Amino acid sequence: MITIYIDGKSYQVEEGDNLLRTCIKLGIDIPYFCYHPALGSVGACRLCAVKRYRDANDKNGRIVMSCMEPVTDSMIVSVNDEEVKNFRAAVIESLMTNHPHDCPICDEGGECHLQDMVVKSGHTYRRFEFKKRTFKNQYLGPYIHHEMNRCIQCYRCVRFYADYAGGKDFGVTGVHNKLYFGRFEEGPFDSIFSGNLVEVCPTGVFTDKTLRSHYTRKWDLTNAPSICTHCAVGCNLILGERYGQVRRVLNRYNDAVNGFFICDKGRFHYEYINNPDTRILQSQLNGKPAVKDETLAAFRSRLSSGRTVAIGSSVASVEANYLLRQLVGPENFYADMPADSWEVITTLRKIYDSAEVRVLTVKEIEQAEGILVLGEDVYQSAPRLALAIRQSIRNKPLRKASKINIPAWHANAVKTFIGTERGPLFVAHPQPTWLDEMSLQTYRKDAGELEQLAEAIVDLLEGKALAPNKLNEEARHILNAWSDCNSVAIVCGTSLKNKRLVELSAKIASLLRKNNINSGIYCITPRANSMGLGILTEQSLDILTKSPTAEHVIILEPVFELTDEVKSWLNGCKNITVMQHSRNEFTGIANLVVASATVAESEGTLVNAEGRMQRYFSVMPPQEGIAAAWKWLVDVKQENIGYDDLLTAIANDIPHYRQITEVAPGAGYRINGMKIPRQTPRFSGRTSMLAHVNVHEPKPAEDKNSPLAYSMEGTRQNTHGSLISFYLMPGWHSVQATNKILRELDQVVNARSTGIRIWNS
Amino acid sequence: MEKPLTQNIKSDGSYCTLDEYRRNGGYEAARKAVLEMEPQQITQTVKDANLLGRGGAGFNTGMKWSFVDISDPNVQRYVIANGDEMEPGTFKDRMLLEGDPHQLIEGMIIAAKALQATKGYIFVRWAYKKAHRVIQQALDEAYQAGMLGNNIFGSNFSFELHLHTSVGRYICGEETALINSLEGKRANPRAKPPFPQISGLFGKPTIVNNVETYCNIPHIIKHGPVWYKSLSRSSEGGTKLYGVSGRVKNPGLWELPLGVTIRELLFDYAGGMQDGYKFRGLLPGGASTDFLVEEHLDTPMDFASVAKAGSRLGTGTMIVMDDQTCPVAFVHNLIRFFANESCGWCTPCREGLPWVEKVLEKIERGEGTEKDIDILRFHTKYLGPGNTFCALAPGAMEPLQSALKYFIDDFYRHIHEKKCPWKHE
Ligand SMILES: Cc1cc2nc3c(=O)[nH]c(=O)nc-3n(C[C@H](O)[C@H](O)[C@H](O)COP(=O)(O)O)c2cc1C
Ligand code: SF4
Ligand code: SF4
Ligand code: SF4
Ligand code: FES
Repeated sequence: MITIYIDGKSYQVEEGDNLLRTCIKLGIDIPYFCYHPALGSVGACRLCAVKRYRDANDKNGRIVMSCMEPVTDSMIVSVNDEEVKNFRAAVIESLMTNHPHDCPICDEGGECHLQDMVVKSGHTYRRFEFKKRTFKNQYLGPYIHHEMNRCIQCYRCVRFYADYAGGKDFGVTGVHNKLYFGRFEEGPFDSIFSGNLVEVCPTGVFTDKTLRSHYTRKWDLTNAPSICTHCAVGCNLILGERYGQVRRVLNRYNDAVNGFFICDKGRFHYEYINNPDTRILQSQLNGKPAVKDETLAAFRSRLSSGRTVAIGSSVASVEANYLLRQLVGPENFYADMPADSWEVITTLRKIYDSAEVRVLTVKEIEQAEGILVLGEDVYQSAPRLALAIRQSIRNKPLRKASKINIPAWHANAVKTFIGTERGPLFVAHPQPTWLDEMSLQTYRKDAGELEQLAEAIVDLLEGKALAPNKLNEEARHILNAWSDCNSVAIVCGTSLKNKRLVELSAKIASLLRKNNINSGIYCITPRANSMGLGILTEQSLDILTKSPTAEHVIILEPVFELTDEVKSWLNGCKNITVMQHSRNEFTGIANLVVASATVAESEGTLVNAEGRMQRYFSVMPPQEGIAAAWKWLVDVKQENIGYDDLLTAIANDIPHYRQITEVAPGAGYRINGMKIPRQTPRFSGRTSMLAHVNVHEPKPAEDKNSPLAYSMEGTRQNTHGSLISFYLMPGWHSVQATNKILRELDQVVNARSTGIRIWNS
Repeated sequence: MEKPLTQNIKSDGSYCTLDEYRRNGGYEAARKAVLEMEPQQITQTVKDANLLGRGGAGFNTGMKWSFVDISDPNVQRYVIANGDEMEPGTFKDRMLLEGDPHQLIEGMIIAAKALQATKGYIFVRWAYKKAHRVIQQALDEAYQAGMLGNNIFGSNFSFELHLHTSVGRYICGEETALINSLEGKRANPRAKPPFPQISGLFGKPTIVNNVETYCNIPHIIKHGPVWYKSLSRSSEGGTKLYGVSGRVKNPGLWELPLGVTIRELLFDYAGGMQDGYKFRGLLPGGASTDFLVEEHLDTPMDFASVAKAGSRLGTGTMIVMDDQTCPVAFVHNLIRFFANESCGWCTPCREGLPWVEKVLEKIERGEGTEKDIDILRFHTKYLGPGNTFCALAPGAMEPLQSALKYFIDDFYRHIHEKKCPWKHE
């Protein structure tokens, strides 16, 4: 720790970080554009200017960019010096010379970093009296809307898309004040990470087209913390709702999981929630609509009609799966995956239980110096993880950069210095993958050969002498490349349905640890709650379909393949109850369809690939006739228990879930007696939005299951990372407020990473 | 008077071939440096000669070289000659490139030895087509004669030198933007530190020097620092190529001792103003330097003296402004150039220069107001050194800020008369 002086006050800070980040951490506001915590500093926008003084006798000082200035001991700076304040206002004035003055029709309005910075820097009156330069916009596909006139040339978009995410179809062209940020030709983005441009861009150049298609002002959204259900990474999201429709999805910062970025599946694939053509709005009994009581009665009578079995769901909540298992008895509860896949999950669970191997987080993968991807196409099966792996290849070269005093945040200097050098990332997979071109070496092998490669690595680590053949040389090459790594990650998965590969991955990681290399694994599981289900049953679907048919089968939110085998087994069952929110093949063959809620209308816990329990909350109450699957099941059992009671029951019953109650504060949690609002204080239209139905202002819906309120009333304090519904701080209305909120949270509880890990937490 | 830099330059426009160059003692210095001198010894000699960089900033060349760590033989190091020369009014490197290419090559070989650099690039302005041909021919000659390539002069030192023709943007002359563009990236400057000496071309230690700077090196090695310093009239070593353009009787380029006065240059060499024109001011070192006026005519043209007079020696090639040229139009023309050449990386330059350009154009049109003068003055501060990412914008402000000092009356005349007084209907 060193001492620095800012506007006459002394502060103890960490050496070597840049001054801007240091000030943000200290809670001192400096406006900025081009800096981004994940993208580093480039010194382009010049907005983060401060004064730096040579020593105590220096009265004039000189203007420096705080984002480019490493903090050094005894450094004296001023943020509030008049000259530098004027300079910052001038930067804004410059940027506004060409910027449209039409916030009221801009999609970014209200959540715009530029608006905030204009206000913060004090530029008010327009002196520029000439014409603005204008650009043509591009069609960029179904997800992202382009309005180039709003660009302030901070270069963040290219730095994210090309440098950070490795996209090749987007860049900056032109010079002087005619810079164009776009694709080389019109058309949808190639990268699955394109949606992050919406948040990375501090203005309204890149905005969410899905939101635009059912636009609402951002302050009018009701929001809730959620979890992505599209893959097992479990990125943290914020859903935004208005008039009973989910209008958009934002990234929710979780240091250990997704950080600042998610993939386009998580951001844009939510429209199914709103789709009246596919949603099941009411339960159906024998093809006819059934009200709640009819549904429950039918459900109950089926339970007593004979042998009932159930198929759990690897996308439904732990709570619903648990209750279903209770309902039919663990021996009658099956997974939704065939034996070959399910074996991998149960194997993995045993490996985790044995505690012989460390389970890594996405963040730890990002920080690893060496990686082996063994039999998984990560970009396809866990996109966010692939983005983290991409970052890891800089880690080893970064060590050299720091030796010659290039700090990691000095983005372009690092990029230049590292050049094409990359850390030892190895990708072994039967087909080409996105990570291949970033790897030090790619091995194109079928599953059998992959096993051999992994075995050879194990043998070498165990000190066995190996015959000099190609495969053994490859193994040796990998290990040699890792010899001086501080940390190595083995990334495997279930896609190849090969449990041996998972075992070998774990073996390699634990042997590496014995060789004093910090190491662990990340095993990509197929779905958002595969691990959660894996804790509840070992029985695969095949076991069920090979057993005699049952009187009654309950299928929870099925997304698995309805094979002929499964179909013919189901045909032999008298009653098929399917709990589902949207129509699919299964609801077609069911004679009782129970209208369950989507993630947007329910709460629940999911266990991601690394065994992290994460809670999602409803952003809107379910419509009449729809309920969370767990709620249906509680009602079926006629147990009058609330959500918190349910969690306690699970915690008491299942050892793995003993901390499930701590994943997020329970329904009774209050701050100064207040709930936590889902709406910002700027929420408007509450009295009028339903006036066409009823002129009386309806009471906001009550949420008995969480500490969140469907309201703008409540505490303004941010107290728990898992309860963040929106990023809003005084003066900071855009996602840039994440910085401020994280700082606030750090002081209460370390809430940068939320969720509770079942293994090695 | 000794003229080492231009001694081989012929008046017929043909270049000094390898044979001719050698006949005049060429490559002896390189041979000596490669075969007989230690790298540190070369650098020290150059440092002692007090050769200040001729690219405009005037930094001691030997000192700059000494920042390169040459201890690790496995590290690729580079030397680069900056022949981008797009500074308006500047045409000195062109003479050296077109007239005596081997002098540059020899200088670079010596630098390569001193810096233990095995690769080099000569980066030449796009428009200098003749220079491209000449340099390429000279490179071929030098390769054939064993002065470039492997084991040069039979030593165990190897040096590969390539010609790179730029795309024709002013910013490519800024050394870090030059490096970026040489790497095939956008020509945006880089933040310093790290300096190119530490992390330059492809992230490797690199020295960028001006063409004229390199051309001095063979002579320093051959004749020593004492001789070299004796060439100059100031404490800064050597001779300098000086140019004069504008409405003078005899515009041109001369090699003269560092420190000749402006008056000598203007009157003795350039022959004074053309008949019917009066002197009003001059930009001493290219378009990005402050105006000097009558009272500064006795200023010696060396880095320190011109700085003291409130301007910069820059490239040493002056542009003279006469009384029948409108100062507003003059500055407007320069700013239009700079605004167009802004690389677009940082806000003040990218957005500020076009604004300045528009205001000047408006004043020139006769539609200016006194508030416009405030806007101009404001920009001269706002785009000042340190405020922008590189020196392009502060350079662009130099002619403007000094015009507002020396020719402010002319600006006001435009405003009050609502027209350009120099424009005749
Ligand atoms: C906008 C700009 C343009 C420049 N153009 C040139 C140029 O054309 N030639 C040149 O030698 N130096 C140019 N320079 C200076 C170089 O950045 C660098 O200082 C110089 O090449 C170093 O060589 P020297 O030490 O031999 O002077 C330019 C600088 C700036 C800021
Ligand atoms: S498009 Fe957005 S992110 Fe990209 S440079 Fe412009 S303002 Fe910055
Ligand atoms: S990486 Fe996975 S969890 Fe994250 S947003 Fe994409 S699909 Fe969702
Ligand atoms: S001052 Fe800024 S915009 Fe101008 S050329 Fe330099 S880096 Fe580019
Ligand atoms: S944030 Fe520092 S220059 Fe842009």
